Amino acid sequence: MAEIPDGLLYSEEHEWVRGDVSPGATVTVGITEYAAEALGDVVYVEPPSVGDEVRAGDVCGELESTKAVSELYSPVTGTVTEVNGQLENAPDMVNSDAYGDGWIFKVELSEGNEDLLDADAYGEKTE
Amino acid sequence: MSTAETPALRSPLHEEHVSLGATMTEFAGWDMPLRYSGDVAEHTAVRTAAGLYDLSHMGELMVTGPDAAAALDYALVGHMSRMRLWAAKYTMMCDANGGIVDDLVVYRRDWDHFMVVANASNRIEVARELAARFDAGGFDAAVSDETAALALIAVQGPAAAAIVGSLCAAGEAEPAGLKYYSAANLLLEGGHHAFVARTGYTGEDGFELFVGADVAADVWRSALAAGASHGLIPCGLASRDSLRLEAGMPLYGHELSADTTPFDAGLGRVVAFEGPAVVLSSSQPGAAAPGAGLSDQVDPRAVSVERGAFVGREALARVADQAPGKVLVGLVGDGRRSPRAGYAVTDEDGRQVGIVTSGIPSPTLGQPIAMAYVPPTLAEVGTEVGIDVRGRREPMRVVALPFYKRQA
Repeated sequence: MAEIPDGLLYSEEHEWVRGDVSPGATVTVGITEYAAEALGDVVYVEPPSVGDEVRAGDVCGELESTKAVSELYSPVTGTVTEVNGQLENAPDMVNSDAYGDGWIFKVELSEGNEDLLDADAYGEKTE
Repeated sequence: MSTAETPALRSPLHEEHVSLGATMTEFAGWDMPLRYSGDVAEHTAVRTAAGLYDLSHMGELMVTGPDAAAALDYALVGHMSRMRLWAAKYTMMCDANGGIVDDLVVYRRDWDHFMVVANASNRIEVARELAARFDAGGFDAAVSDETAALALIAVQGPAAAAIVGSLCAAGEAEPAGLKYYSAANLLLEGGHHAFVARTGYTGEDGFELFVGADVAADVWRSALAAGASHGLIPCGLASRDSLRLEAGMPLYGHELSADTTPFDAGLGRVVAFEGPAVVLSSSQPGAAAPGAGLSDQVDPRAVSVERGAFVGREALARVADQAPGKVLVGLVGDGRRSPRAGYAVTDEDGRQVGIVTSGIPSPTLGQPIAMAYVPPTLAEVGTEVGIDVRGRREPMRVVALPFYKRQA
């Protein structure tokens, strides 16, 4: 079973969010272990660029495995402040450490997001 | 995400996959392993050591009867009656328009007994077509779908011969002595009988073991145990697809379809228009049939006749000497974003001129690779084309197939 840690928030599109989701705060975003397992070995991550304005629910990048390609959705609205450059050479960290070193980008929120799920609610979605 | 009303078919090895923790997927109506550990690890194991596959979804159609060889000569585009005993042959069934109904591997198990291995997605249609064509041609031959009674277990990779050898009972012929695309009945440790063929779909050396469904789990576990010290791991259909694509092998529904002739796919060599056929004379039944073994002698009851009519012959003869309207090519890109099946091949002005049939980031090459149909003017090796990869044009160039060839 894929791990779904408490203390993170989750989107319907299988992204996780770490941090306070109120305007002005900066959060870290990645994809869940469930999504990583479904995708298979990730061989390429195309994150958004630093400075991009992203909107909750919109496509902002893509992830590619040998088997499939998946769009990356932003779970929050704001400005991208940082992307995980380690994924350039080690995209498989998305599989091996989805909630840690496999983080994808950080966003400074311009608005809050009330629609994200807690671990229990997200867990129900993946059953 | 199956919405089909009929439940997915299960391999005799289903419980083995569940206990190994496989990620399962619905494939052509079957619930089959997609992966166990990881796609790239499984792909690499087959290239460098060995992988174990459950291919029990493939269709096994037994064709028997005095006219079996002549019946297949008529029903398929290849010249089955010329096959030696225990040989395997890659061939196709085409429709009257020359369109491909399925690509097949046919094994000659006896002079009057062939096993036709069909893709899971086409099994029922191929069985029905074979029976209809035998009937239409007035042949004394029968088709029996044995898929449910058999399991197909493949051991693929450079260590395959050693592993399959260790599965065989003491004193049995060494599988390593089998030629590529030939087969034998072998007795395995534990007393299980297996029809073992040196065939595969990965671009590596390998064997396919057809065994009874009732002993499949035993053979599977033996192979896992015997292969462990050789680096063998269980592998799923995801790695089978990436391996076959690197090896430039076509997949029905992607490179091959009813809208495609063997000539379009660059496989015109499978169509035999001419040549003497050696068929059993049905007027002399009952001669002693050769027993199991690696024999390739000609049956004493055989008579020689010229290659005659076969379904699709006229249509295929018309296109055989024409310049094809489309050509199947290999493409390699230097970027990282990979084309996928269905993406448009574009010219310099961004107009669609072709279509990608399969595409992946190649685990062995570390670059995106694809097969695509393009106009003959863009088919020369070295030609630069563009692929519309999810809204952005990615440059790729035509290369000779296969992308990967094992060292001899």
